[in-house]
Amino acid sequence: MIVLLTNIMLSVIVTSTPLLLAATGELVVEKAGVLNLGVEGMMLVGAICGFAVALKTGSPTIGVLGGMIGGALFSLLFSVLALSFLAAQVPAGLVLTIFGSGLSALIGAAYVGISIERLPHLAIPGLSDIPIIGPILFGEDILVYISFVAVVGVSLVLRYTHVGLVLRAVGDSADAGHALGYDVIGIRYLATLFGGAMAGLAGAYMSLAYNTSWSENMTAGRGWIALALVVFSTWRPFWLIAGAYLFGSIMYMSFFLQGFGIAIPSQFVSALPYIATVVVLVIISSNKARIRMSAPACLGKPFHATS
Amino acid sequence: MMNRRAFNTLLGGTAAAVGSGLVTSAEAAVPKVAFVYLGPVGDFGWTYQHEVGRQEVVKHFGDKVSTSFIENVPESADAERVIAALAAKGNQLIFTTSFGYMNPTLKVATQKPKTFFEHCAGYKHADNLGTYNVRFYEGRYIQGVIAGKMSKTGVIGYIGSIPIPEVVMGMNATLLGMRSVNPNAKMKFVFINSWYDPGKEGDACKALLDQGCDIITQHTDSPAALQVCEQRGLKAFGEATDMIKFASKTQLTSPVNNWGPYYVKRVQALLDGTWKTDDIWGGLDADMLVMAPYRNMPDDVMALAKSTEADIKAGKILPFNGGMKDQSGAQKGTAGKSLDDGQLASMNWLVEGIEGKLPS
Repeated sequence: MIVLLTNIMLSVIVTSTPLLLAATGELVVEKAGVLNLGVEGMMLVGAICGFAVALKTGSPTIGVLGGMIGGALFSLLFSVLALSFLAAQVPAGLVLTIFGSGLSALIGAAYVGISIERLPHLAIPGLSDIPIIGPILFGEDILVYISFVAVVGVSLVLRYTHVGLVLRAVGDSADAGHALGYDVIGIRYLATLFGGAMAGLAGAYMSLAYNTSWSENMTAGRGWIALALVVFSTWRPFWLIAGAYLFGSIMYMSFFLQGFGIAIPSQFVSALPYIATVVVLVIISSNKARIRMSAPACLGKPFHATS
Repeated sequence: MMNRRAFNTLLGGTAAAVGSGLVTSAEAAVPKVAFVYLGPVGDFGWTYQHEVGRQEVVKHFGDKVSTSFIENVPESADAERVIAALAAKGNQLIFTTSFGYMNPTLKVATQKPKTFFEHCAGYKHADNLGTYNVRFYEGRYIQGVIAGKMSKTGVIGYIGSIPIPEVVMGMNATLLGMRSVNPNAKMKFVFINSWYDPGKEGDACKALLDQGCDIITQHTDSPAALQVCEQRGLKAFGEATDMIKFASKTQLTSPVNNWGPYYVKRVQALLDGTWKTDDIWGGLDADMLVMAPYRNMPDDVMALAKSTEADIKAGKILPFNGGMKDQSGAQKGTAGKSLDDGQLASMNWLVEGIEGKLPS
């Protein structure tokens, strides 16, 4: 039983981590007033870049950096379209998702059917060997810890620092930010780059830890779940952890229950995470006050400096 | 070659592939043969093996025929458009290589009576539409025998795609093989509702291992489950193709779908003008199914696997030798006599020892 519980926890952590990484990045982007729907595409580009770099260098750790850089560079396409040329953000984000799935397949064609070493697990002598707690708390790979550090970091920066204040100002009232002399477009570029890097990181997790190979469309909709998570959290970083682990558990449990002999139609099982998303969004949106409190007022609105 | 194919993927649609992805022959006289694939040719599973078969055609006939393929064709209305476009382009023989293309293929076949069609794994026929498939269950039975010998917990995990007879047949054959050496063997299963989704296949594999299965087999096309088992130091079977390079310490064997000889034969019939509709269901004896080399097992198990393979080939072992019981304990078929092809092709019940019910 104890072994079973440990295994379940370990599997759920692996399922939840990419959701948490990508959602943390998107939260920062949205806090700056930018709605980038291209998370799925950036994750895919991150996944193939991470995989390719890991294969060429022989180091999954360098591969992780490759994934981040790939995701960040790819997000520039969105920034140029939506921030510089003032294209509507929704279609620009969709372009990123559709183009990203094609581009990653193009780059990835040469990497199909190759397997690499998994991103190493932490092994702290003594600590990692403690039953149950050991492998769960001290035996994960580095990205699991980074996902939590990122949430804490983002929360602290947004709440307590000048940078965070400026970012939120730009997201709540771009005109006011501009009047105060801040470079609205520049700040949004940086926020979008951060979001791209985090999505790339999430993608790299998919191809270097979740699976250890590349395959087309391997993120299978996780980018969209990450987007929903940001709304689920009502733009509060710590709620992302709850959301990501809730969704990760649902994704994992849908298979687990079947294995227990509970006859659920497989179509329902594969729809479960999305059904959960809809249900959660309905519940959240019923509380309008909370959304008004935290939602960036300028979310998704293009900004053009008129003076 | 990669570039053109990948460029089509980049454009993001099969419609684009129809327009530009075909290798057009300079000589109009050369007969054209086309293949419609479900996944990417790089799936290293189902679609990859069909592509290997197509390449055998190319090798065998050289420039006497011109072949082309379209990959990533969804089993939806898109399939009909793709097949119709191939027929309109003058292909004389079109292989549609997934169960879900059955109705689209039939529809186009009715509209294009002069074009020949061959549909893989289906059951609808016409004068210009034949079907072909492999008796996959023969290989599954051998896997079951190996699993029965290798499993310590006596529980095998089965990653299924969707509960159609083809998949159910594989599950039953596996457990029957397993019970032939371990009468108490059990099976747990998970359906992932997809033929190819490495993420889900890996998750399903973990869920099954977490529940006490110590050996995994699959009816899905990616090597993800093998990789999970490799990380945990357990054994598993590949699917459709030899996946040993993904999991050298893990793969026991893999059923390999060997379409090449069949494709060569049918293209030859086209060239000779003797093509006729048919209904082929070949197995180990027809070489349409071959087993990847037996590895990662003790010598006695390997010997047993080889003798089982030989006995199935010779007809001495009938995987669905009647006398088995379903989950309710009811007798199925008659002892000593194999279920007939009709009973196999419509199988919608699980044998005793499989845990969990089929979703209805």
